[in-house]
Amino acid sequence: MQVERDFSHYVRALGSGLSHIDLAVEGVNCAGCMSKIERGLAALPDVTLARVNLSDRRVALEWKDGALDPARFIDRLAELGYKAYPFEPMRAEAQETEQARFLLRCLGVAAFAAMNVMMLSVPVWSGNISDMIPEQRDFFHWLSALIALPAAAYSGQPFFRSALRALRARGTNMDVPITIGIVLALAMSLIETFHHAEHTYFDAALMLITFLLAGRYLQQSMRRRTRAVAGNLAALKAQKATKFISTDEVREVPIAAVQAGDIVLLRPGERSAVDGSVVDGRSKIDQSLVTGETQPVRAGLGTAVYAGTLNLSGALRVRVTGASEGTLLAEISRLLENAVQGRSRYVQLADRASRLYAPVVHATALLTMLGWVAFGSTWHDAIVIAIAVLIITCPCALGLAIPAVQTVTSGAMFRAGVLLNSGDAIERLADVDRMVFDKTGTLTLPELDVSNAPDIPQDVFELAGRLALASHHPVAAAVARAARAKTPLAAVEEVAGQGVRGFVDGLEVRLGRPSFCGADPIANEILCRDPEASVVAFRHGESRHVFAVRQRLRSDAADTVTALLNAGIEVEILSGDREPAVRHAAQLVGIHEWRAGVTPFDKIARIDELKRGGCKVMMVGDGMNDAPALAAAHVSMSPISATHLSQAMADLVFLGDRLAPVVAAIGFSRKALRLMRQNLWLAAGYNLVAVPLAIAGLATPLVAAAAMSGSSLLVISNALRAHRGVRELGLWRS
Amino acid sequence: MEVLVFLVPLALTLGLIGLIGFLWSLKNGQYDDLEGAGWRAIADDEPVSKQ
Repeated sequence: MQVERDFSHYVRALGSGLSHIDLAVEGVNCAGCMSKIERGLAALPDVTLARVNLSDRRVALEWKDGALDPARFIDRLAELGYKAYPFEPMRAEAQETEQARFLLRCLGVAAFAAMNVMMLSVPVWSGNISDMIPEQRDFFHWLSALIALPAAAYSGQPFFRSALRALRARGTNMDVPITIGIVLALAMSLIETFHHAEHTYFDAALMLITFLLAGRYLQQSMRRRTRAVAGNLAALKAQKATKFISTDEVREVPIAAVQAGDIVLLRPGERSAVDGSVVDGRSKIDQSLVTGETQPVRAGLGTAVYAGTLNLSGALRVRVTGASEGTLLAEISRLLENAVQGRSRYVQLADRASRLYAPVVHATALLTMLGWVAFGSTWHDAIVIAIAVLIITCPCALGLAIPAVQTVTSGAMFRAGVLLNSGDAIERLADVDRMVFDKTGTLTLPELDVSNAPDIPQDVFELAGRLALASHHPVAAAVARAARAKTPLAAVEEVAGQGVRGFVDGLEVRLGRPSFCGADPIANEILCRDPEASVVAFRHGESRHVFAVRQRLRSDAADTVTALLNAGIEVEILSGDREPAVRHAAQLVGIHEWRAGVTPFDKIARIDELKRGGCKVMMVGDGMNDAPALAAAHVSMSPISATHLSQAMADLVFLGDRLAPVVAAIGFSRKALRLMRQNLWLAAGYNLVAVPLAIAGLATPLVAAAAMSGSSLLVISNALRAHRGVRELGLWRS
Repeated sequence: MEVLVFLVPLALTLGLIGLIGFLWSLKNGQYDDLEGAGWRAIADDEPVSKQ
């Protein structure tokens, strides 16, 4: 059944008779794809703009109002071989983009100003030794002030704002000493210019801003790129629903256009994208994404259906309820609130360092000033030297020490298939010593798979797969997927509630219930051996075969557990599924500690118990029932197939069918933490050399400029080593 | 040293032109797709239709 698709929700009217839509496109990764898509779309009549963004993997399209249906673009892209879906930028992402532009604008202003001021400073530095007359020097100083003051006022905004925010919250962060340093350097230089003095520090202040902004911009663009990929994946998961627009007319709409009270159609084999209750129809549903329970449940009038529920047998009509009305959801949201509040106590390494750093530096400057006065210097000279101490210790290297490592690490994680949701997750990830896995969808793959494939002859498997393509039933779909079937058989007939049948070379073929294919004895034998499996039978003439279909463990689950144990991390399973299934999985992957039939509340309780015992707990889970536990844990991770709520709660999201990214992430984060500490020590070491010079009154602007850029380069090059994780966790390299 | 009267304003003007150019390119969306821009340079041109 081809349903009319309605994408009007995503279309933006630009005025002047044009409409705009953004599409996320899968598989665009080269120049060839780019021009193929742009030409293919621009060839449609009335399209005025088709432009691919290769960094974000998106296409922006504009066309004359009302001339085209947006569904046409998606069909055109499908013809060209690309899967596309309308994309609605999330607010967080739009803010990040705005922030990136602002940082880049600040960086541009600071860099141009720094270059020009440096051009004026060099003649002053050399003129001080040779024969520059004082009037010329003053003139150059005034020019520097003219450039530096407005430029610093504009481009220093990111630091000033952040410092002000921290001070208002009665806290301090790295931006507080940075701001004090910048403001004092500029103020002193201005006063010195008034008094026709020899030294000013306009260049040092601007260079400091430029270096720090460059670091911030790189860090921010890495974060933005990760978020764009995550946003695309969410759009490509095609969150759509089939909505009744009258009693028997349906239309496919994006999930955002469905409201409480609407009635949607849930066909067999479809996953529900909404919460609601059944108003018509009977079926079996699989709630495993929601509760972790893998055994199907009967659904009839009044049964609650949650987003993520898979409909197995009959078509259902579901009345959509508001997100907070469902009892399970209400409980989960309440647990979530508490858990999220409990988490944000962690103080980042950078802030801890600055708490230690700021008082020490400011006290040193004060003592220097008092010391010089005590030894008979004038107040003016003493203050100038004290400010020079502040400028030279101004945490250029310190300010870059941690962001630089974070940027390189998140880039490396990105390539290993791990997306970072929150920036400080790297530090928290590094001290994990206890890992809690959910079973369904996390240790196992989210899709069903044929478990007895080796027992079935290849030709039978292929034929069954082709026949299975005609069925919507998820168990049949698993057979089709496992057989990698592409060409469906012709003239296949569906027998409701039984299976599908057709003819090949004059012989009848059937796929469906064992009784439908006369294969009950074989099926019973399989079910005796593996009571957790679902079975589907296949009959071709007189030969009969039965496929056992079940959730399969991720291929590297056992290796992952071994690698984690080797890395000194204890592993356990907390699952909402029944005991035999959990025990079986635990034995296969080699985990000795497991709990079955656990409710969301119990999961939090267990995590709290571990935390009280002094463990740093990492939770890996995907279901809605895992979301509170993900928020409660020290750090958390979800597969990309997870429900929306879980993904929003997780600090990290990993891609693909393997668990290797989990181990890789730990490897990268441990290396990153080591490098962050090293960088802080490097910055401290630099201060140990530079500060005595400044206290002795030898820190001329030339020394300050050289020391600042030297230490920044040192810290950045050390940070580059973070792109290789620690050697002992080398599992992901294959 | 009268040459400074020319050189200093000249230097400042050049710097300002550079800055304005950068801000213009930023506003123009030149930095929105850093990856794609590199590839666009080597992509083939549209075939010219003979009409």
